[in-house]
Formats: sequence, structure tokens, C-alpha cells
Amino acid sequence: MRGSIAVESIAKNLIGGTERMAAAPKRPFRWHIVVFLAPAVLVYTAIMILPLAGTLQLSLFRNIDQSQVFVGLENFRRLFGDPNWSVNFWNALRNNVWFFIIHMVVQNPIGVLLAALLSSPRLRFSAFYRTAIFVPTILSFVIVGFAWKLILSPLWGVAPNLMDLVGLKSLFTPWLGKEQYALTTLSLISVWQFVGIPMMLIYAALLSIPEEVIEAAECDGITGMSQFWKIKLPLILPSIGIISILTFVGNFNAFDLIYTAQGALAGPNYSTDILGTFLYRAFFGFQLQVGDPNMGAAIATMMFLIILGGVCVYLFLVQTRLRRYQF
Amino acid sequence: MSTATHSLPRTIGAHAVLLTYTVIALFPVIIVIVNSFKSRAAIFGAPLAPPTPKTFDLIGYTTVIGQGDFIHYFQNSLVVTVASLFFVLLFGAMAAFALSEYRFRGNSLMGLYLALGIMIPIRLGTVAILQLMVASGLVNTLTALILVYTAQGLPLAVFILSEFMKQVSDDLKNAGRIDGLSEYTIFFRLVLPLVRPSMATVAVFTMIPIWNDLWFPLILAPSEETKTVTLGAQLFLGQFVTNWNAILAALSLAIMPVLILYVIFSRQLIRGITSGAVK
Repeated sequence: MRGSIAVESIAKNLIGGTERMAAAPKRPFRWHIVVFLAPAVLVYTAIMILPLAGTLQLSLFRNIDQSQVFVGLENFRRLFGDPNWSVNFWNALRNNVWFFIIHMVVQNPIGVLLAALLSSPRLRFSAFYRTAIFVPTILSFVIVGFAWKLILSPLWGVAPNLMDLVGLKSLFTPWLGKEQYALTTLSLISVWQFVGIPMMLIYAALLSIPEEVIEAAECDGITGMSQFWKIKLPLILPSIGIISILTFVGNFNAFDLIYTAQGALAGPNYSTDILGTFLYRAFFGFQLQVGDPNMGAAIATMMFLIILGGVCVYLFLVQTRLRRYQF
Repeated sequence: MSTATHSLPRTIGAHAVLLTYTVIALFPVIIVIVNSFKSRAAIFGAPLAPPTPKTFDLIGYTTVIGQGDFIHYFQNSLVVTVASLFFVLLFGAMAAFALSEYRFRGNSLMGLYLALGIMIPIRLGTVAILQLMVASGLVNTLTALILVYTAQGLPLAVFILSEFMKQVSDDLKNAGRIDGLSEYTIFFRLVLPLVRPSMATVAVFTMIPIWNDLWFPLILAPSEETKTVTLGAQLFLGQFVTNWNAILAALSLAIMPVLILYVIFSRQLIRGITSGAVK
């Protein structure tokens, strides 16, 4: 209830605000601006901004005797200090960082390599390659998670059979079932799914490099690999920056793949638990654990701060140092 | 371009790498679809072989169609996706028009406010969204999902569309004004048709995450009547862990509509990405 009243008052303020602003000059009040903006601003504010703020606020409260009581940072103290929570939290955070590192060191180089090859002029079938490599990206996590679970399953002989073809059968183990491999395997599955995005964005950036720049390089005798390293790579660095921050936001917000492949308990033995699955368990409860919206909100707040921190680092440190070339 | 960059070995190398990766990208999809048409013995006996007349079997598909209510889930997904898409495009285009066309105080602030949602995922507000939906009695309705996805899609839509709307010629709009058209007519009759290609791009970008989302259907609408196809597939797969025919058939059924749509719209999608709209 509190939420919906707040929505109305904010909406009134917003519309009132625009009204005052527009009415001040001698021009007649331009109602159409309000009409054009109102639906988007209202829905966005009511369903996205206020719940976000509400979640941050809830993280400062506790449910004591059926009523919400303000407890300050108590929930966070529990999250970091109480072993019932902190062990899982630090574990999830560590796993999440590893998840992100794998994406950065595997996904981006593969994406750059594929894009560089695709953008080479007069390459045949490039439209086919582009379309085919992007296919996993459009599939849902449910499909991806389950399909890989089946393929890597020791019950079904696909992965061992394939490895037998290249004589590596002895290396096969049930990767998703072993604590030390499961998280890395899942990260690689996620990389497999999303490599299409860096490939496309870098491909677009490479195509937008003007012909003159390349020709000038060739006149100076810079061709082939050195042309790529010295001319093209510096020019696509801003795109790599954008991909990195998109990956960061996506990874620290990930949930679906782990949930479909390993379930909400993120097994084996929590070794694939990341912040998204941890939030889900804290919020809804799972098996013996009872759901706790306030702790859920505290975890969501931590995710918010991490993502916000990443975005700020990108905006203020990375983006300002990357020189953008205007052609 | 010089011939040095196009030596034959180099071209062959490029094709070899791209072909290898294409195989890696498509292999899991193909193996699932191929095996879904085989009998249980053949699935385990020769997983890499295509179905032969002897091993061809549709038992998986009959199980899925007999068991799960997939047609219904499919309808739910369709309703949610189409309705959210409609509202994202309509509201997004209207807001983008206001931001790109009129100068008013607070314009850039409003633009920044709406752009916040591009970077901060709506999922972090889930705890309060659920409370809001409970309070307004919208839990287990498709309306809840439509509202959430509309809010989720709006920031990127406003951002991309206002870039494109800035390119619509001012002369055209002013000519319309001189002819006495209202601002609404100018928007709906003159501007909207001109930005249709970019609307298609936004549509594709908005559609894929909505169709594939598992989080919000799981939390806001898990009831039997409101299950989407993604959630339905997830639960079905969980139930039939040991029935490999059924699982492979269900996966194939979930893959095929998306794959068909993708093949139809892939040029639009790839043009959208490479046109620099999301840079």
C-alpha cells in the first residue's frame, strides 16, 4: 500500500514539476510534452525506480513481531559477519568474480578474433558465419543450460565419444558434477552463449573504421597482423570497454543459467553459487531455509552497489581515458 | 586493398577458424534436435548418428504434447511478449519524441533519468516489485509480467529511438505545423512511419530477453494458468529428468520457434547491431 501512495505522489510531483517549468515562459502551456512523456515516465518510475528504492530501503529494516522495524545496518552486519550468512555471501561473491574473470579472458579475445576474421574484405559466406555464431545468443538459458547438461552428462556418451575421436577420452570427467570444475564449466557455457554479442559489436566497430585510415597504414607498410595491433585495435578499444561493462553488469546479475543447470542450491556443495542464486534462496527460502525479504533486499543492495561501482569505474576512469576517434 | 592481405593460406585459415567456431556454436543445438527424433536405444547407442528409418521415433514428442500444456504456455508467452513490446514501442517512441523534439527545462535531466535503467538491472528491485504486485493483487497475472517487462524495455528503447528521431528532418515537421497539424498528428503520421526501421531494431532487442526470461515468471506468475513457455519448459525438464526422449523433444520444441523467428529476422537484427544503434 505504501508503495502505491508513493507512486501517486511522485507522479504528481513529476507532472507538477513539468507543468511549472513549461508554464513559466510566456508561451502557452505545452500539454503535449506531458502527454508524450507521462506514460513512459509513470511506468518506469512505478515499476522500476520506486521498487529499486524500496528494496534499498527494505534492507535497513527487519520484520520483528509482524512489523517492519528500522535496524540501520544490522542486516549488512549479519551478511558480512554472521557465519550463517557470511560464508555463503563471500562464497557467492568470489564465485561471481571468477565467473566474470572467465568471461573477460575468454569471451572478449574470441569475440575480437571472430570479428577481425569476419571483417576481412571479400570474405565469402561471412553472412552465414555471422548468423550461425549468433544463434546461441538468442536461445533461452533454460535450453542452453539443459542442452549442455545433457551433452556433458556421463550417462549420455556425447562428450566422451567426441573426446575419444581426438584421443582425449581419459581426460573426461563429469565436469558439472565436480566442485573444482563446475563453476568454470558453467562460465564457459555462458561464454559460448554470449560470444555473439562482443563479436557483433566489435565487427560493427571494425566496419566503421574508414578506408583512408587503412590505406594510409598500408602506404606506410603496415599490413596484416601489425596493422591489426597498431591501427585497428586502438580504434576499437572503446567498443571493448562497452562490452566489458555490459559483461560486468550481466554477470553480477546472472541467475538463470546456474538455476537451470544446477538448481537453486547451486551445487555441487554451493560451488557454483553466485549472487543471483544466493539472492533467490535468501528471498524465497529453499528447503529448510525460510525466505527473508529483508536479507534478500540487503543482498540486492550489495549487488546494486557492486554494479553501480563497476559502472562508475567505467564512466569516470575507463571511458574518459579511452580516446574516441571521430571520423 | 593490397593483395598481401589476401593470400590464399590466410583466407583458408580464416575460413578454418570461422568454420570451427560455427560448428562449436551449432553443435549442441543440432545434436539435441537430431536426437529428439530417435528411439531411446539409439539416443544412447549412437548419439552422434542421424536418425535412420530404423531408429526414427516420435515417442518424445507424443509424451510432451500429451503431458505438458505447452500450447497454453506458448500463448501466455506470446501475449506477454507482444503486449510488452507494444507498450515499450509506443511509450518509448512517445517519450523519445518529447525528448528529441522539444526544448524544455529538465530535458537532459529527464533523459538521464530514463537512461539510468540501461545500466541498473530491474531484477535488483524484485523484492519490492513482488510487494507492489501483492499489494495491487496482480500476482499470478500476465498483467504483472507485462508491466515489469514494459518498464524493463523502456530505457533502452527511449535511448535508441531518440537518437534516430533527431535525424528526422525539421523542415518536414515544420511544414506539417504550417499546414495546421497538431503535435500528435505530426508524431503519429509523420515521424513514426519514418523511424519504423529503428523501431524494428528496438523490437528485436526488447523481444529476446522477454521471451527468454525465467526470473520474473518464476517469481511473479508461477501459477499453472500464467506459466510462460520458458518457465513451463524449465519445470517440465525438471520433472522428466530420466525420460530422455521427452526432454530432447521438449528442448527441440522450445528451440524451434525461436530459431525460425531468428532466421526470418536475423538480417534485421544484425543490421540493427551493426548500424551503431547500441554503441
